[in-house]
Amino acid sequence: MAEEMRIVLRNYGKIDPLKIDDYIAQGGYKSLEKASSMDKEALIEEVRKSNLRGRGGAGFNCGQKWSFAYKADADEKYVIANADEGEPGTYKDRLIMENDPHTLIEGMAICAYAIGATKGFIYLRGEYPQLIDVLNTAIAQAKEKGILKSFDIEVRSGAGAYVCGEETALIESIEGKRGEPRFKPPYPPSEGLWMKPTIVNNIETFASIPVIIEKGGEWYASIGVPSYPGTKVFTLTGDVNNKTFVEVPTNTTIREIIYQFGGGIPGGKKFKAVQIGGTSGAFIPDSLLDTPVAFDNMSAIGATLGSGAVLVLDESRDIVDVTTRIAKFFEHESCGKCAPCREGTARMHELMQLVNSGKGGQQDIELMQKLGNVMSIACLCGLGQAAPAPVLTTIKHFGTDYNAKLM
Amino acid sequence: MDYKDIIASYASKPGGIIEAYHAVQKELSYLPEEAVAEAARVFNLPVSDAYGVATFYSMFSVTPRGKNVIRICESAPCHVAGAAQVIAALERELGIKMGESTADGQFALEFAECVGQCQATPVITINRKPYLDVSPATVPTILAEYK
Ligand SMILES: Cc1cc2nc3c(=O)[nH]c(=O)nc-3n(C[C@H](O)[C@H](O)[C@H](O)COP(=O)(O)O)c2cc1C
Ligand code: SF4
Ligand code: FES
Repeated sequence: MAEEMRIVLRNYGKIDPLKIDDYIAQGGYKSLEKASSMDKEALIEEVRKSNLRGRGGAGFNCGQKWSFAYKADADEKYVIANADEGEPGTYKDRLIMENDPHTLIEGMAICAYAIGATKGFIYLRGEYPQLIDVLNTAIAQAKEKGILKSFDIEVRSGAGAYVCGEETALIESIEGKRGEPRFKPPYPPSEGLWMKPTIVNNIETFASIPVIIEKGGEWYASIGVPSYPGTKVFTLTGDVNNKTFVEVPTNTTIREIIYQFGGGIPGGKKFKAVQIGGTSGAFIPDSLLDTPVAFDNMSAIGATLGSGAVLVLDESRDIVDVTTRIAKFFEHESCGKCAPCREGTARMHELMQLVNSGKGGQQDIELMQKLGNVMSIACLCGLGQAAPAPVLTTIKHFGTDYNAKLM
Repeated sequence: MDYKDIIASYASKPGGIIEAYHAVQKELSYLPEEAVAEAARVFNLPVSDAYGVATFYSMFSVTPRGKNVIRICESAPCHVAGAAQVIAALERELGIKMGESTADGQFALEFAECVGQCQATPVITINRKPYLDVSPATVPTILAEYK
């Protein structure tokens, strides 16, 4: 039996999020105090040793990223918390910020000390206006208590653009521009916000930091799968009995998440498919459900862990129809900067509509496969590169559903 | 507050044009051409850039629309939970189609992607406030709050 383990959600339901004293009573801000007394390189080494990998989807080693920004020489550096959380089916970052805003602030402040930053931003998606006050209250409390001495944090709102979760698009957006991704390199740790060294981390990543500093990198590295240790929060949607969230060690399997924590499929129906990692994730058939959810284990089966969204479909669902809806999402969210994605997402949606309405043929399936392969290589950012994944994986694993709709 | 005063209050914020647009929309529900031109002046941008920002983000509108902006999430989790029936109910109740505003200027109907409340699908938002587990039956009660 898999068991829940709460690291980033450790204070969920235990504290009043708007009372800093509640957070402090649970040991809050002790890690910041400890970190501030450490040598910066030793601190970054502790984070690197934990092997904490970013929870925003790309899975980059957090300590290593910090060390790039630490080594960069500049008069100003920035820390940005990525609270854009646009991946459909995902609400884990909201849970953390709603229930424990101080853990985010503590994680950001530790990062700021480590890399030598004095200014931070929380880029909060426009869909979470209720959190602006929660975060500003928490920041003001930490200032008042003298906890945030030489580090200021400002909350900035997004305005409904999925691509702004991509770190360079997010940076453009904070600069007051259209949220179009930049060419990389340079990467943000060397040239980010206003071309200064910048760390962008996900909310769940920052929330892990205080516990890693408290208990040590080695302790964290020993949880779950060694190549992607620690815990991950999953949010369950679609055809599951418990549409809920769960934080588990990374050696938990997809099957355990759906059946044990999700309570299985309602109405005595059979499982058909699960899409993990949000709308840009792969669809997975029953035969692959015993895979651990850790990053590389998922890549090995042609899937992605992504944000940890889990969309379950039962046998009665029309998977070609759902995939058509997803193709529309990408056409809508493509920022238009590069042609393979701007044109590719539009054509992909067109072809999916054709097939879904019973007017497509085998040649359209082949065209989509070809187009998808080109997009995954030629698109400028992760949006366009991942956009074909739902189409390609449903063609691969659920080909009979497509065949049934062909002319 | 006049849109000029609103925009002026963000002038000292580097990159603050997006915050300024949010604030203008809170008052006017959309971004009139004069407000975009004013933002360009205050933030020292070509008007084309200020317009480019206004049209990039899905929450901003450069055309007039109803005062209460209703957005319906049609991302996959809400889609499979029955967003289409909610859309039909809203269109029926308000007598308009998606993308339109009511003649009395009270409501606008728009599509949205996931608004991060996926524990209780389908979800709609009105003026950014989420309503959870919406069904055709609950639509009239929700709308009544704004009438
Ligand atoms: C299209 C797109 C959307 C993304 N959306 C998010 C997001 O909503 N939240 C997030 O933390 N990372 C998102 N990312 C990943 C970020 O670019 C970046 O890798 C991440 O914020 C780094 O933080 P981490 O190392 O802590 O994961 C997105 C990437 C792409 C390509
Ligand atoms: S891949 Fe798509 S979203 Fe990314 S830069 Fe190109 S057009 Fe924009
Ligand atoms: S999918 Fe509709 S709120 Fe997330």
